[in-house]
Amino acid sequence: MESSAAVHERGLGKTLRRDRWWVPPLSVALGLSLCGAYATWAVLQGNYYFAEQFHYLSPFYSPCITASCPEDIRLFGIGWWPLSPAILMMGVILGFRGTCYYYRKAYYRAYFMDPPACAVGEPWGEGYKGETVFPMIIQNLHRYFLYASVVVWLFLTYDTVMAFFPHGQFGMGLGSLVLLVNLFLLSGYLFGCHSLRHIIGGNVDCYSCAFGGKARHGAWKRASWFNKRHMGFAWFSLVFVCLTDLYIRLVSMGTITDFRLF
Amino acid sequence: MARRTFEVYRGTAADGKLENYDVEVEPGMVVLDAIFRIQAGESPDLAVRWNCKAGKCGSCGCEINGRPKLSCMTRISDYPDGESITVTPMKAFPIIKDLVTDVSQNYRANKKIPQFRPRPKDAEDGWRMYQFEVDKAQEMRKCIECFLCQDVCHVLRSHGKHEEFAGPAYMVRTAAFSMNPIDTVDRIEFLKETGGIGYCNITKCCTEVCPEHITITDNAIIPLKERVVDRYYDPIKALVRLVRRGGKNG
Repeated sequence: MESSAAVHERGLGKTLRRDRWWVPPLSVALGLSLCGAYATWAVLQGNYYFAEQFHYLSPFYSPCITASCPEDIRLFGIGWWPLSPAILMMGVILGFRGTCYYYRKAYYRAYFMDPPACAVGEPWGEGYKGETVFPMIIQNLHRYFLYASVVVWLFLTYDTVMAFFPHGQFGMGLGSLVLLVNLFLLSGYLFGCHSLRHIIGGNVDCYSCAFGGKARHGAWKRASWFNKRHMGFAWFSLVFVCLTDLYIRLVSMGTITDFRLF
Repeated sequence: MARRTFEVYRGTAADGKLENYDVEVEPGMVVLDAIFRIQAGESPDLAVRWNCKAGKCGSCGCEINGRPKLSCMTRISDYPDGESITVTPMKAFPIIKDLVTDVSQNYRANKKIPQFRPRPKDAEDGWRMYQFEVDKAQEMRKCIECFLCQDVCHVLRSHGKHEEFAGPAYMVRTAAFSMNPIDTVDRIEFLKETGGIGYCNITKCCTEVCPEHITITDNAIIPLKERVVDRYYDPIKALVRLVRRGGKNG
């Protein structure tokens, strides 16, 4: 016989679960922290983000909009910004990932322990307000970060194409393929966005009554395919964007030589 | 024949304990079978709610080794031999006796949802619609109201926000109404205010425990949250609405 406390107890980690429930939140915390630390470091560097010879631009620095950007990739040439050009774009990317419905689950569990895992006690009590008040009410702006991210995605697509046409002629190296895979993963992540899925067709109930209803249903179905895999794309794209930056950085520094295929 | 130890909660909310039972088990048995054997032997007064024993009535929800499950659909062989199995009542609801909880707060939440109201019939024998446009609502209609999602939802379970948040089961029900192509009722204000959809922080536990495999978070709660965003948090849409209203008045 055991005390009833085991059934009624509340508080951090209180549970009757016997599996290793703490492994997923711990892994997520480690993964997000590692990627976050690398991305922060890379963004603050402000150099070795462009391998001019092959026209490889780090995705963290695309589009490059300040006056300090190399001429080949400079856009707008904002002169008043003294810091790394990537910091300006990071607000968009961080906002998009930070308010993403998948990442919300990930960091609410891993960092906020709200809850750390299903049916596991948490440190917070009755003062919980969820996403109804500031600051978490900001999560509702996810679609605005989505709109901005679509613009960034267009620039990333252009940069990836340019990695196959350095200096106006076709050429392909390992870096071109790295950028292509990076674009594929980021696209998969973007197309599976819950807000995008809603805007393009999820908000329609009667497709046969709505203008362009069938087309919107088709778009919604396609977005739903990506949406089912949103977590996978979120992780793979996050890790790979860091690896892409690292590859371009090493090529740009001359530490490694890009393997040329054509 | 093998024997397994079951630790079953006995008592009320105020006074109770986990009691050990040594039960003879056979291949294919589910946890509810073991509960029946305990009732038939040592403890005829062990209270448990059940009905269909086929995973369709949603009555036998409880927590097995701390995880919300239907006891009629949980095989004993899913748990390692030699280890005891803990069976406790759903933690989010007040215990009446043993494994039976008072789930009436769910019925109160249900009553708050603005009910389904179809548009006028568009044919003599009813309404015309295509299968592809009822798929979304049909997924929600699979709900058997077992309340496992309500039980695991930390907003209800850990924070006790039963009055502020209707809970995942009733987000599913609201989605079933609102995503129906012939429904005419606006439930956005209900979702934001009475339903308290903002309390959900997308931790997806409801989806993990649903025995009907309804993708509760991705296909019900998030789409409904997005509808609330359309109305209350989207400045561009607000501007468009303002211009349209101005145009009509002008």
